[in-house]
Amino acid sequence: MLELKSLKKTFHGVSVVEGASLSIRDGEFFSLLGPSGCGKTTLLRMLAGIETPTSGEIWQDGKRIDVLPANQRQFNMVFQKYALFPHLSVWENVAFGLRMKRVSSSEIQSRVDEALALVQMNSFAERSISTLSGGQQQRIALARAFINRPRVLLLDEPLSALDLKLRQQMQVELLSLQRRLQHTFIFVTHDQEEALTLSDRIAVMNAGVIEQVGTPQEIYEYPKTLFVAKFIGSMNLLEGEISEVRPDALVIGAPSLKKSFLVKASRDGMRPLPQILLQSSVRLLVRPEKLKIQKSAPAGEQNSIEGVLKEILYQGAVTQFHVQAKESGSIVVVHQLNTAMTARRSHQIGDRVFASWSPEDCIVMNGEATGKEQSSESHGNANGVDSAQTQETSATLGQGARVGTL
Amino acid sequence: MEPCKQKTSPLLALPAIGWFLWFFLIPLSIVLSYSFATKGVYGGVVFRLNWENYSRAADWIYLRILWNSFKLASITSVLCLIIGYPMAFVMATASRGVRSLLLILVVIPFWTNFVVRAYATKTLFGEWGPLNQFALQLGLIQEPMNWSQGDFSILLGMVTNYLPFMVLPLFVSLDKFDFSLLEAGRDLGASSLRVLKDILIPLTKKGIVTGLIFVFTPALGEFVIPDLLGGAKTMLIGNLITEQFLKTRDWPFGAALSMLLILMVMLSLVIYLRVEFSDRPKKSTRGRRVRA
Repeated sequence: MLELKSLKKTFHGVSVVEGASLSIRDGEFFSLLGPSGCGKTTLLRMLAGIETPTSGEIWQDGKRIDVLPANQRQFNMVFQKYALFPHLSVWENVAFGLRMKRVSSSEIQSRVDEALALVQMNSFAERSISTLSGGQQQRIALARAFINRPRVLLLDEPLSALDLKLRQQMQVELLSLQRRLQHTFIFVTHDQEEALTLSDRIAVMNAGVIEQVGTPQEIYEYPKTLFVAKFIGSMNLLEGEISEVRPDALVIGAPSLKKSFLVKASRDGMRPLPQILLQSSVRLLVRPEKLKIQKSAPAGEQNSIEGVLKEILYQGAVTQFHVQAKESGSIVVVHQLNTAMTARRSHQIGDRVFASWSPEDCIVMNGEATGKEQSSESHGNANGVDSAQTQETSATLGQGARVGTL
Repeated sequence: MEPCKQKTSPLLALPAIGWFLWFFLIPLSIVLSYSFATKGVYGGVVFRLNWENYSRAADWIYLRILWNSFKLASITSVLCLIIGYPMAFVMATASRGVRSLLLILVVIPFWTNFVVRAYATKTLFGEWGPLNQFALQLGLIQEPMNWSQGDFSILLGMVTNYLPFMVLPLFVSLDKFDFSLLEAGRDLGASSLRVLKDILIPLTKKGIVTGLIFVFTPALGEFVIPDLLGGAKTMLIGNLITEQFLKTRDWPFGAALSMLLILMVMLSLVIYLRVEFSDRPKKSTRGRRVRA
């Protein structure tokens, strides 16, 4: 069990990590996720002992360890650019940590061979580092770290230098390695998909603050802050006001769209109906893949926005539809899985369509607590519907967003 | 990843070859031929080939002078390395602004003539120099210390004079050094000493060797600093050679001594390069381990 107690770090008066508190279980694959400059790497380096915290404490199994220098912690780090020693062979690189610990040479021999076998690099033992490809260097960096049997393995964006295919392959290898070794992995990344794929739990960071900690599913389906909602995946966002509070539902009126929308607790009960007063202003968020696109207005309690189909983006597994709302002119994004049923194109650009979704799929956030953000994002209110689809835009839109949880 | 090698005309090498021939190879051949000649009655050079100059140079007195010069140059090089390495390290890790400032500070001494610099050192440490006066005022010493004459003062002058030749190549190689390797070393459990010994020094070896050569080679033939700061009491190979040419007017003997000096520098270089430039990555010690 690793515990971080309100860790803070300031560089030249600029706060980089603002009071991070976390507890990380043994054997967990834990990710620190956030845009560049959010303080995730600094947090990791404080764990490794490379940076000294300005204040706060780190505890491991009831012992305070932030006072120990890096070489006395039972942690090992995989560096972003690997930091392999260019003057040593592959074999000597992997053996380095054991040599420093004065392990007997016969044990070094067997453990290095074993570690190289685990990353399938046996045949490269005598090679020099400069002759290896990025993926191979990555494996050696991993082997060099885990051979020391660290209690915690720290990984600083280890896959970011690899191309997509190799990255996906290394993700699988990392996971199976972690399952075999049973070490705690703390993994820093800015790639939300990577974090969702690999992690047992994720801490989403923004501007030095941990916004939310949870399983990938919790983070994706039940974001607690606007930043988390926008940073991970894409999100449709519209602003409104609570116009009716029912025992099992809320009604949100959106003046710009001249419509009202129904909100219910999620079907699995993980997201209860928020307790919000009548007439408070709120934000309603819906994931694009929860929306359906159809030619006629949906029946029953389904929410819908009517508009014109502006764009159809075929992306292989999914098709992205951009629907321009009739009333406000803003864009709603719909992702539709390309199954055998929908593969045939039934919609054309310019069609009049309805984008609809269930009341159970709505995420509602208090709109008032975001005064700080509204000033930086003045166009948002006017349109009523706002979509953040790419990671870049969501990251910029989310700047300074620290929304009160509901 | 190899830089593309353009075909260039070999004629471009002509100026360099010409320079090398005219200012190095030809004068060197002249010195070599003089070293086998004999001194004329009135100081001229008589070409009667013999080994006499060399057998004379093998005399104990001269060998001792040669040894003293070698010792002084070696100590100067090592001192420059010990003082220069931390300096270069600070420069390489400093922020941009501080780094340029430090670089300028290292280069500034070259703006003044080194004889002037040597005199400045002499004055600073002289009997009535500020250092002695300061110590006297403080009551640390009762009467002025004589620092400005003798070995200490020579060494001081040598180190101050040659330090930039050490710092600059060290800075170049530290500038290219990836400092995250030090973090990786610490992370893998290495103490500061092991990080220095196993990572930093092996990876900046080129700078170290270059710096040592840059200091050692001119320091071996140095004759002005020992003259000015050593009070002309300490005879070094440089002084000896100057004396042969300018005072004794025994050019052939001077030439022979010069040849010996050149031979010594070349030998030192070969040894340095042999020891230090095994550039391939260290072979793993598998063989050794098997035997163990």
